[in-house]
Amino acid sequence: MHFDAFDRYHDHDSFIHRLDPRVKAVVTVVFIVSNALLPDGAWFAFGFAWLFLLFCNLFSKLGYTYTLKRSIIALPFALIAITVLFSIPGNPISTFRFLMWDFTITDAGLLRFISILIRSWLSVQMAILLVAVTRFPDLVHAFEHLRVPAILTTIIAFLYRYLFVLTDEVFRLLRARESRSAAAPGSRSGGGVMWRAKIAGNMAGQLFLRSYERSDRIYNAMLARGYAGHLYTLNPHEMKSADYYATAFAIAVIFLMQVIGRF
Amino acid sequence: MLYSPAPLHIPDGFLSLIVSIICWVITALTLGAAISRTNKSLGERQIPLMGVMAAFIFAAQMINFPVAGGTSGHLLGGALAAIVLGPWAGMLVMTAVIAVQALLFQDGGLLVMGANILNMGLVTAAIGYGLYRSVSSGTKTARLGVAGVAAWLSVMAGALLTSLQLWLSGTSQLGIVIPAMLGVHALIGVGEALITVFALAFIMQTRPDLLGEGSESAKAGRGWIYAGGLISLLVVLLSPFASADPDGLERVAINMGFIDTGRSAPYEIIPDYTLPFLGETALSTILAGVAGIVVVGILIVLVGRGMKAKS
Repeated sequence: MHFDAFDRYHDHDSFIHRLDPRVKAVVTVVFIVSNALLPDGAWFAFGFAWLFLLFCNLFSKLGYTYTLKRSIIALPFALIAITVLFSIPGNPISTFRFLMWDFTITDAGLLRFISILIRSWLSVQMAILLVAVTRFPDLVHAFEHLRVPAILTTIIAFLYRYLFVLTDEVFRLLRARESRSAAAPGSRSGGGVMWRAKIAGNMAGQLFLRSYERSDRIYNAMLARGYAGHLYTLNPHEMKSADYYATAFAIAVIFLMQVIGRF
Repeated sequence: MLYSPAPLHIPDGFLSLIVSIICWVITALTLGAAISRTNKSLGERQIPLMGVMAAFIFAAQMINFPVAGGTSGHLLGGALAAIVLGPWAGMLVMTAVIAVQALLFQDGGLLVMGANILNMGLVTAAIGYGLYRSVSSGTKTARLGVAGVAAWLSVMAGALLTSLQLWLSGTSQLGIVIPAMLGVHALIGVGEALITVFALAFIMQTRPDLLGEGSESAKAGRGWIYAGGLISLLVVLLSPFASADPDGLERVAINMGFIDTGRSAPYEIIPDYTLPFLGETALSTILAGVAGIVVVGILIVLVGRGMKAKS
């Protein structure tokens, strides 16, 4: 597995790719906060927010459907919100019988349900765009500039750096389990659920020990290369005037979105 | 294939701004304490260790075992991380895991990340470590048994907190979300408990020094026993109460000013959370909860099948 197997970065040479990672992180968070602030049923503002997203997609040279295609990930969670359809008082729209209960969908409930889904859908697309136009190590570095404590960003950087190594390790463990679990066609291999859980637990313990011992070797190797408690980067990460203009423009657009949503 | 979303990660849009901010404040304060404690007690050697351990938790979540009907058990890891690394380090490791899941995989939102860290990283670590610490000088069987209970409770606590946050945000109805979430996670928690116990047993057998006297796991103060015990007690007391009498919980919340919009909802889906023919008894509430669980379970399996077929 390659070291950037997990990165969702898409290498293009675009205006948005060249922006400072801090700008992209801040605008993403402000956009998501703005979505949470928009009142239920602010259709024009939701539409405007979506246009803003399309615009960002296009300017990143990713194609305008890029984030749309990947945005279904948050959809299963919509199940959790489904009860608002029936629970908010309002004019009944439709009633249907399921088993022994009458379900009445109210207009207020439907409005709230759709608003929650749209907010979530817009927010997740912006987050998808953020990692598509920013290399993950740069993003972590941006958070360090934004005063996230260094110990956290360093742990995250290490997590990212060694995730693919340990994932390879997991695949080795899974492959070993599979090759030992041969079965004649038609019959089942292995024991009951407890036995399977024990195997999985032992694999997790094994993985822990391998990771623990590996971290020792990593530390020694880092010391050998002059590690003194701080990580350095070759990227300068300096805010240029274009970065300031882009931030101001994006914040103004999001502010306009709020104004549209309230009138 | 590399990464499958877990059911506790709340996406953006499902929590109200005010609930998100309150959770972020609690999380930030706890993390601040964790950072100042770890900076004091750990050398620079510990930073790579914690980073690799965070990658370990992330990777360990990929180890699963088939249970039944296409579902599988896997690890969330909060309790395990706190038991092997100590509570503060465990919290930081879990925070890193949840942050990467949200940032890189969009599993869980950014504005609601404070809530996700609180539910899956901080509370799980406090319960996992607190309960384990109370028997850390006991026999091997006692330690493993308590670790299992702690792992199960930590998952339940996460589910309970998630339900309460969703309810306070006006996203879900308390009478349905609590029985459904607790019911589903009572099963997920069993998987968590089994993997945690067997992983610890394996570590105790092969590297007893990592969990014995003088290890990171034994260093933290006895105050954790009270903290973990208290949170566990709250979960144990609150869960049956919330499942059997959600209206009561709602009244308490209104009296204490938790919700500004006391929604007098016409509960048409299951009137007053009970099944009409059974009357207003605890049994009827539990059955209503079970019905909720079955519906949610079926939907989850269907959605899961659909996603699997696509990828």
